[in-house]
Amino acid sequence: MLEIKNLQVKLEEEDKQILKGVDLTVEAGKVHAIMGPNGSGKSTLSYVLSGRDGYEVTDGTATLAGEDILDMEPEERAAAGLFLAFQYPVEIPGVGNMTFMRTAVNSQRKARGQEEMSSTDFLKLVREKAKELKIDADMLKRPVNVGFSGGEKKRNEILQMAMLEPKMCILDETDSGLDVDAMRLVADGVNALRDEGRGFLVITHYQRLLDHIQPDVVHIMSNGRIIKTGGPELALEVEKNGYEHLKEEVA
Amino acid sequence: MALPQPKIDALEARIAGLTLPEGGWSEAARKDALSRLTAMGLPHARDEYWKFTRPAKLVEAEVTPATVLDEDEMPIFDAFDRLKIVFVDGVFDAEASDDLSLEGVSIDRLAESQDIHWAKDIYGVLETRGQDPVERSLAALNTAFATDGLLIHVHGKPSKPISVIYRHESETSDAVLHHVVKVDAGAEATILENGPAAARFNNVMEVEIADTGKLHHVRAQGRDHERRAATHVFARLGKESVFKTFTLTVNGVLTRNECVLEFTGDDAVGHVAGACLGDGDFHHDDTVFITHDAVNCESRQVFKKVLRNGAVGVFQGKILVKPDAQQTDGYQISQSLLLDDDSQFLAKPELEIYADDVACSHGSTSGAIDEDSLFYLRARGVPRGMAEDLMTIAFIAEAVLEVEDEALQEEINARVEAWLARRRD
Ligand SMILES: Nc1ncnc2c1ncn2[C@@H]1O[C@H](COP(=O)(O)OP(=O)(O)OP(=O)(O)O)[C@@H](O)[C@H]1O
Ligand SMILES: [Mg+2]
Repeated sequence: MLEIKNLQVKLEEEDKQILKGVDLTVEAGKVHAIMGPNGSGKSTLSYVLSGRDGYEVTDGTATLAGEDILDMEPEERAAAGLFLAFQYPVEIPGVGNMTFMRTAVNSQRKARGQEEMSSTDFLKLVREKAKELKIDADMLKRPVNVGFSGGEKKRNEILQMAMLEPKMCILDETDSGLDVDAMRLVADGVNALRDEGRGFLVITHYQRLLDHIQPDVVHIMSNGRIIKTGGPELALEVEKNGYEHLKEEVA
Repeated sequence: MALPQPKIDALEARIAGLTLPEGGWSEAARKDALSRLTAMGLPHARDEYWKFTRPAKLVEAEVTPATVLDEDEMPIFDAFDRLKIVFVDGVFDAEASDDLSLEGVSIDRLAESQDIHWAKDIYGVLETRGQDPVERSLAALNTAFATDGLLIHVHGKPSKPISVIYRHESETSDAVLHHVVKVDAGAEATILENGPAAARFNNVMEVEIADTGKLHHVRAQGRDHERRAATHVFARLGKESVFKTFTLTVNGVLTRNECVLEFTGDDAVGHVAGACLGDGDFHHDDTVFITHDAVNCESRQVFKKVLRNGAVGVFQGKILVKPDAQQTDGYQISQSLLLDDDSQFLAKPELEIYADDVACSHGSTSGAIDEDSLFYLRARGVPRGMAEDLMTIAFIAEAVLEVEDEALQEEINARVEAWLARRRD
């Protein structure tokens, strides 16, 4: 589903290399997790894949379902089926959450040549999904993420994911800042979307999330590279021993 | 102090073709206005109050022609049940207008002058009060030479808005209209104004609101690109009265909207708001002067400007709190959204406070669209242009929310969306 080869990325403004050759393939139907120390480049990878300004790809490729995405606009990548749940969801005063989601859903449909969703169908769907995530009607009415608690913002990301039904979901520390119950809700939201045709890349620091969302593959990222790949047991190892011995092992 | 010769010459040239209407109840006020105008002269680029806005096109003797928009003016307020009063290039159009009768209000025309009229106590009176401490000579010119206007006496609660529609059909029209609005105690009305009016438009509205009266004023200045307009609203607010005025301006090469509001009765509320959208050759100036001369009054100024392709926005806003105006609550915000580096916003917010128990705040900001928000919207599949539009509408929302009626808010937003959509074609 998502195929990244030798991806090298530097900052546009500075001569600073952040990703130093990332190789990663997430197959449809699989859940991959990425763990790694702070500042190792996990968020950068997710931003570069979703098309944020400020980065320069100096080498390598990234394809989504066989399509090269690196030359696409962010909205084109989204319409192609890529979704990023942000580590820090953005507050947008003045833009209603509902308006935002309906515009997003219909923009993607339009881009794919599908018919727009009627407001009744949309309302029905959003209410249903919101209920599952215990997001109340008031949060839907408020401006996007404005005044939302940390956990509410993360749940709002998952709601958007559920509404957009992307092919490839990247979750950047969606578990951070969540209490135990919210973590359950988020994991249930993700698990509900697990599907033959859909890939997941879950960035996290904690084994706890992976207890709920069983990954198929775990990668360790350090200093701009994937330094080790393994099964779910790799996450347990990190939890127990930290990253230092892994780094040494590789070096 | 004698006027410098160039100012005398400029004024003489400007008024050479105008005639002072004679007779009727307004004659004395007109003569007085002319003598005040002669003492002041017309605005000049070197005047402090015109530092940010060149008045040349507003005061020139010969009107520079303005192309009439050939596509249909996008209708606004059309879906509303309203009393329509139409002026074409400043001339009343009886055919296109409704019958001027509506329960709760009496409406006369300035041009059909009688010897005695209630408007005599207001016409030119509020304008004169508004000349101190800053001169507004275009308003004095208007009082002297206005050819027509509406005299609206609200004594009840009319069931629908009074809607003044200005049409622009002649490329060289030069319209001078003067309206007087009197709202009685306990009465309440909504006045709508829309349309481009003329190649050059000088419009004054004097508003006197008695204790507990309420007036809502919503204005949409038409989208003819080349038209120029100088407008003044002078309002005096009695005890516990409410006055809310909102103006949407889309396009127009030069617009100066002045609003002079005076609180004379306690516990009154006065809100002045505006949103403007300018693209290219566009200069929009909001100049507001609010005087608190009563206890516990609330004033709000909310101005939002969206500027692109070298458009210029100006805001001059002053709150003056007199020594006895305790418990004044004054709020002022002026913000611009600059869609490129060529556009410019100039703001001069002022507070002058002589009472000690007041809460006044003001702020002015100028900035581009927030990149993080833009990326967030795009990452969800919203195309760049649409994302910018969403954020633009969000930006002006605070001003639009000053319009009390929700249906009117939607109407304003629809007009804004249409403007944005046209830019995207
Ligand atoms: N726009 C930027 N300007 C300067 N430095 C940047 C920028 N973006 C990323 N970096 C740097 O790149 C490195 C990788 O950052 P990134 O946010 O990708 O790390 P991360 O693995 O997500 O860390 P965390 O676990 O703390 O979220 C860090 O050293 C960071 O400071
Ligand atoms: Mg990160």
